[in-house]
Amino acid sequence: MEENGSRETTKVDTFLDSLLESADQAEHLAVEVAKENGFPEEELHRFGMAVRESVVNAVVHGNRYNAHKKVHLVISNSPDQVTVTVTDEGQGFDVSSLPNPLAEEHLLEQSGRGIFLIRAFVDEFHIRRLAPFGTEVKLVKYRETVG
Amino acid sequence: MSAKLSPRQVGGVTVVDVSGRITLGEGSSNLREAIREMLGKGHKKILLNLGEVSYIDSSGIGELVSAFTSVANQAGQLKLLHLTKRVRDLLQITKLYTVFEVFDDEPKAVGSFA
Repeated sequence: MEENGSRETTKVDTFLDSLLESADQAEHLAVEVAKENGFPEEELHRFGMAVRESVVNAVVHGNRYNAHKKVHLVISNSPDQVTVTVTDEGQGFDVSSLPNPLAEEHLLEQSGRGIFLIRAFVDEFHIRRLAPFGTEVKLVKYRETVG
Repeated sequence: MSAKLSPRQVGGVTVVDVSGRITLGEGSSNLREAIREMLGKGHKKILLNLGEVSYIDSSGIGELVSAFTSVANQAGQLKLLHLTKRVRDLLQITKLYTVFEVFDDEPKAVGSFA
């Protein structure tokens, strides 16, 4: 498999359909790679959840289930970390404008917890708008913080 | 496996045994529909037994919250039973653990309804 110059090896580089099933598929792929890094069961579950939530966001909010749009999933690892990049073809959004789901006025809202949970379950969370369109989310989980 | 819900009546309380995955899509919509149906039948004392829930995502958490508020808006009560560690952790992380009344004992939970 390809090495990308940062000692990370790309294990998965694929385009997923804009369907909810793609979230399950991405979660499974990410967990399988993370297993190589020796993550304990609960960390695998949380990391998988973070990946799943990211792909759900790409499918639902980014690509809006558009069959002509894909979600680009890249998973790479090194001995010290696993990195997942999820890219959609949507219009992008301003993450700073998202309401805080822990704030009292938003606590009982039905939605809005996805990105919060992603951030809670990974060590690094990066999001950027792409030009001319699309959003890229990058998740990094370190091996040192596991256990 | 998407969430399956099996309601039963215990002392005037509708205990709903939930199993499977409460996730965006069929799982969360099953929960939504079941709550709507129960409220439609006038069942306003609802105890969700989540002991067999294998997975819940942010949408599933949202459906629990929506169920809670829907029942409360009709002057009813919705409580939770047998949380798995994963569900409990999610509710704690999202500060929802103190919103719900949570029980580990079914008779005690049933007896708590006004």
